[in-house]
Amino acid sequence: MTAAGNPAVTTTAGRPIVGGRRLPLDWVGAVPFFAYVAVFLLLPTGIILVGAFLAENGSATLTNFSSLGNADIVKASLQTVLLSAVTAVVGASLGALVAYAVATGNPDGILRRIVVSASGVLAQFGGVTLAFAFLATIGPAGLVYLFLKQHGIDFYSGGYWIYDLRGLQLVYLYFQIPLMVLVFIPAVDGIKPQWREAAESLGGGTWHYWRYVAGPLLFPAFIGCALLLFANAFSAYATANALINQGAPVLSQQINNALSSEVGLHKPGLANAIAIEMIVIVVLATVLYSLLQRRSSRWLQ
Amino acid sequence: MKLGSLTRQLGLAVVAFVLVAACGSSTGGGSASCSESTAKTATSASACGGMDALVAAAKSEGKLNVIALPPDWANYGAIISGFTAKYGIAITSNNPNGSSQDEVNAVTQLGTSSRAPDVLDIGMAVALANTADFAPYKVATWNDILDSQKEPTGLWFQDYGGYMSVGYDSSKVPTITSLSDLLGSAFKGKVALNGDPTQANAALNGVMMASLANGGSLDDISKGVDFFHQLKQAGNFVPVQATTATVKNGTTPVVFDWDYLSAAHGTDVPTWKVFVPNNAVLGGYYAQAINKNAPHPAAARLWEEYLYSDEGQNLWLKGLARPVRMAAMQKAGTIDQTAAAALPPVTGTPVFLSASQATAASAYLASHWSAAIS
Repeated sequence: MTAAGNPAVTTTAGRPIVGGRRLPLDWVGAVPFFAYVAVFLLLPTGIILVGAFLAENGSATLTNFSSLGNADIVKASLQTVLLSAVTAVVGASLGALVAYAVATGNPDGILRRIVVSASGVLAQFGGVTLAFAFLATIGPAGLVYLFLKQHGIDFYSGGYWIYDLRGLQLVYLYFQIPLMVLVFIPAVDGIKPQWREAAESLGGGTWHYWRYVAGPLLFPAFIGCALLLFANAFSAYATANALINQGAPVLSQQINNALSSEVGLHKPGLANAIAIEMIVIVVLATVLYSLLQRRSSRWLQ
Repeated sequence: MKLGSLTRQLGLAVVAFVLVAACGSSTGGGSASCSESTAKTATSASACGGMDALVAAAKSEGKLNVIALPPDWANYGAIISGFTAKYGIAITSNNPNGSSQDEVNAVTQLGTSSRAPDVLDIGMAVALANTADFAPYKVATWNDILDSQKEPTGLWFQDYGGYMSVGYDSSKVPTITSLSDLLGSAFKGKVALNGDPTQANAALNGVMMASLANGGSLDDISKGVDFFHQLKQAGNFVPVQATTATVKNGTTPVVFDWDYLSAAHGTDVPTWKVFVPNNAVLGGYYAQAINKNAPHPAAARLWEEYLYSDEGQNLWLKGLARPVRMAAMQKAGTIDQTAAAALPPVTGTPVFLSASQATAASAYLASHWSAAIS
């Protein structure tokens, strides 16, 4: 047996398949990817970056960046981060529960099919349509609100909260939760029921299973999905703009104001600078995510 | 035999057609036809060989690009289809809900591309800031436009306008007789603007009108900002942008807007009323301009001739906008009497923002608006 196996091993080892002086060509397959990234990600970022340093007459300036310190832009930045973080955490938690419930059910069942296709539709149901749907139902002139008010329930007795950040958070969750369900189901599908059985046969309870088996497996995916939700809310524009059209409470609206003001406040350079600020915030969140993931994987092992 | 006679007839037809075509262009006046290069620099229809030559040149271009013209704004839907029906020129209407600045951005970004907008309908602040992008042109009815309403060479010329007003659904709120009524509890969560005043001209004028009614002046918009701050604190201000849809479903039953836009809501909401306070009659006009790089220069000029003809002016009037030639047409008896009678009544002396007053107002809004309404 050994005699029969050995020669084969030596032959392969003795004749290197790739010649020593040949250039490695592994990267060729990645060319389309890098070309795509260059054209659709790096090029626009570069254009924005250059534009952020230009005044309207084309000369170089830093005023666009100093304008980022304006009270309303600082306020919009904080509000946008808060809005994105809250809807990411709440959306990810609720979405993960739904995903887990669906994934542990019958894989071919009607419930799973309905939830997955409904999530697919609802995750894309944003923008003016969504905002208007909320206004027409639970807005101050909405059908549901007026019906409940007639029956003694007035959820606006403390003010019209749908027109401030709380309203935006509620509306955003409407597309954040379904998006979480969609992206998190594959991760939950990876968990095998046998692992739970194994944990139980070794005397572990529910706590042990989640702490040492399912938790460590799902945690990185959960954080990654939450980050996706954060970026999704962070860049949303149309939904917020349809609901709160005054004072530009989120950063994407500040960009719009700087780009298309028809009353003389048109500052394309500032719009570019705000875009750079948004890119920096998303990059920071991504770095934070990878640090957290590294630390959590150490903690979980 | 049959074939022979057919070719002979065809030949005759061709000869006849050529003759007729030649006659047609020679009767156009001045030069025989209007080439593309002539059309590009023509400052009037006669510089292009007369109206017939301009029509022929525009027809051979066959297309016209317009931008930021909502079909429910000043009757533009009917105007666009009227122009296409009359001249057989297809109109591409881009970004109908864009702002005046979006229009100018499209002009600079699209440059000489065939998709660039040919003609613009813009607010005065944007018109005055971007004259370098426009081609001068004087429509045939140029002399009917007051000197204060046009640039002397024709780089821009005002087209239609109206007065800032408060439109309201009289079935949802009590009759409004003064702006201070709006601070009452009957208006809780009901009062909206048409846009953000740091961005939209109509909204800026809405705040200015509130200022005039509350002791401010054209040089001082702060009283208007204070008024909206009070509205916000009373819980009466709605931050939603008022549109036909929000008016229809009752989200914005009270709206600050130009009277001609507001009055148009009457078709959806029969109980819609328009109120112009007599101590704050603030007028505003938009202006036309032709893109100097217009991909369809003859069609662009023909579009302006159409808008400033009696037909075009009466179409605006049917949309409840006051066309710029209205006074002249009333004198000449060519105005559409029914449409003129349907305009919301206005008493008091109208005032207009100058360019520097508008700039000062927007500078004040830039630093105070966001804080006032949040």
